[in-house]
Amino acid sequence: MAEHQLQPDHKPLIKSLLVITLAMFGFGFALVPLYDVFCDLTGINGKTSSMAATADKAVVDQKREITVEFLARPNADMPWLFKPQTQKIKVHPGEIKLVYYEAENITAATMTGQAVPSVAPGQAALYLNKMECFCFTQQVLTAGQKLLMPLQFYVDPALPEQFSTITLSYTLYDMTKHSQPETVAALIPTGGNHE
Amino acid sequence: MSTVTTDPHAHGDHHDEHHHRPPAGLKRWLYTTNHKDIGTLYLLFALTMFFIGGAMAMVIRAELFQPGLQLVQADFFNQMTTVHGLIMVFGAVMPAFTGLANWLIPMMIGAPDMALPRMNNWSFWILPFAFSILLASLFMEGGGPGFGWTFYAPLSTKYSGDSTALFVFSVHIMGISSIMGAINVIVTIFNLRAPGMTWMKMPLFVWTWLITAYLLIAVMPVLAGTVTMVLTDKYFGTSFFDAAGGGDPVLFQHIFWFFGHPEVYIMILPAFGIVSSIVPTFARKPLFGYASMVYATTSIALLSFLVWAHHMFTTGMPVFAELFFMYCTMLIAVPTGVKVFNWVATMWRGAMTFEVPMMFALAFIVLFTIGGLSGLMLAITPADFQYHDTYFVVAHFHYVLVTGAIFSIIAAAYYWLPKWTGHMYDEGLGQWHFWCSLISVNMLFFPMHFVGLAGMPRRIPDYALQFADFNAFISIGGFAFGLSQLIFVWVLVKCIRGGEKATNQVWEGAEGLEWELPSPPPYHSFTTPPHVK
Repeated sequence: MAEHQLQPDHKPLIKSLLVITLAMFGFGFALVPLYDVFCDLTGINGKTSSMAATADKAVVDQKREITVEFLARPNADMPWLFKPQTQKIKVHPGEIKLVYYEAENITAATMTGQAVPSVAPGQAALYLNKMECFCFTQQVLTAGQKLLMPLQFYVDPALPEQFSTITLSYTLYDMTKHSQPETVAALIPTGGNHE
Repeated sequence: MSTVTTDPHAHGDHHDEHHHRPPAGLKRWLYTTNHKDIGTLYLLFALTMFFIGGAMAMVIRAELFQPGLQLVQADFFNQMTTVHGLIMVFGAVMPAFTGLANWLIPMMIGAPDMALPRMNNWSFWILPFAFSILLASLFMEGGGPGFGWTFYAPLSTKYSGDSTALFVFSVHIMGISSIMGAINVIVTIFNLRAPGMTWMKMPLFVWTWLITAYLLIAVMPVLAGTVTMVLTDKYFGTSFFDAAGGGDPVLFQHIFWFFGHPEVYIMILPAFGIVSSIVPTFARKPLFGYASMVYATTSIALLSFLVWAHHMFTTGMPVFAELFFMYCTMLIAVPTGVKVFNWVATMWRGAMTFEVPMMFALAFIVLFTIGGLSGLMLAITPADFQYHDTYFVVAHFHYVLVTGAIFSIIAAAYYWLPKWTGHMYDEGLGQWHFWCSLISVNMLFFPMHFVGLAGMPRRIPDYALQFADFNAFISIGGFAFGLSQLIFVWVLVKCIRGGEKATNQVWEGAEGLEWELPSPPPYHSFTTPPHVK
């Protein structure tokens, strides 16, 4: 091996390859916020805005009629009863409607719930504007307590022509463990599943 | 390549290498930093894993021999499909290609060894630990991972057992091993080429591996990130994939397939390199369209980053995205078609002979193309809504991975075995191995297209009665294919132990630096670099 001339210096190349490796590891995690930003901008995965909308420019389009369907489902680990009062309604774009969802805590303990909305078809999510929604906040229900929860919304008249039905689905999650005071919430137990 | 020759004085040096002989016994293999030893270890490890993963496939086929549940519980069936996939992808195909890279790249580019021999030792020796962890998890209470090799959230984050932690760690170790192997390959190819070995004179196996190595360092870290997110979601209270905490399970599929699609090219590009070495040898003609092969490989690698969502057409993407991913996917057929065309054109009017490596290479070209065509069918978005998650998909990826990647690895083993061992393998037995494998593998995977089109879902231990006859036939093909591989082991053992002496060139039409070394080659390939004209 001694006669093997000019052993090239591998270090610069190895360094740049390691930089690529680390950058790609970071890129995997960067995809998480990028995905959220992308979906917020385009509204393509059925996520609706978590901010209350205002109905300033709402011109009611009497010619079109959109069917809005309401679904509700407690998550598998959530023991509450949860259902919409209205299964579906017909609305004109721009028209403001108020509907109610019912939740009941049938357990013997005080619990916190959080509803997460999803719209199908996903592209219609940007056009379903909620002025008031129980999904903007968490609900705390004592044992056996029932609650009527309001949802005020309108469909944006700019909704593309191909949509005639929008389905709004809520999944209710148990947030009892997560709704502790901030200091405790920061110390999430590391051992268990946070289901 | 026809332009490659070595300095005639270079050969004389190899006989002075006796003091470089390795220590005997187990220590030789544990401490080795030699590219040939490590290549052998990788190949034997891959063969072992091929049989372990194959045994799991036999369990799956035995259960599916009849409708209803006979042999195993549904939970165990899920673990078998999951671990079969993981073992075959990360334990059999990828280490086999790394083993071939270790053996061949230094010999092909005129280098004495790999550039980073100690890291090479590491990258191999962590693999047995990774797979011991994964296999041991099958014996845990609650069983091993059963969420499919794709470990979709929330299956892996919410509905999985505690073996998930072991799964995550073993995938981490596999990833580190692959990344180290890839860095080694890139540094070797960049820095250790013999004088005169310019980029466009490199054998295609070296080219395809260089591109594969770049794919590996680009996407294996993303896989590491994905399993880390699964780990923290399951055990540390994060919510990357949990809607309750603001995450999104569909995000998992995006990140996973951003790794997963380039991964399938990691498993096929070196195969292209192997077939591009074998076909010219047995057609006795130089490879047709060498430069277009290099460009086609590069464009396949680049396109592989733009097609990941074709695995997710049914998640409810907007039409624009579906069309974008559909057209990008179909675009890949163009460079792939260039390759198949070049192989056929290489054989055109060649003086062909049909030794075992050539037979496997020919079977590769035909059967891989069938797998490519079913891939094109799956790329058509509206058709995919019908085919998604059926046995049609299973048929597709087994055609590209078994009759594609695995056949190319077997072809490579037969092709370079006389060079590695110094003995010719038993041609008659090899032909038996080929014909048994060819017939049984088509009995095994071809009818899966039909049951898939008829709607039989994948990953389910039971099926509707009308699929019974087809599945019995498929299972018989599966058992026959498994048994056929025992012939391969027989050939290997026989060839390693002895046989007719192989010449340096081994094959009449073989060209390239590795064929100018003695068979078997000296412990260090080129201590004085050959000059490539």
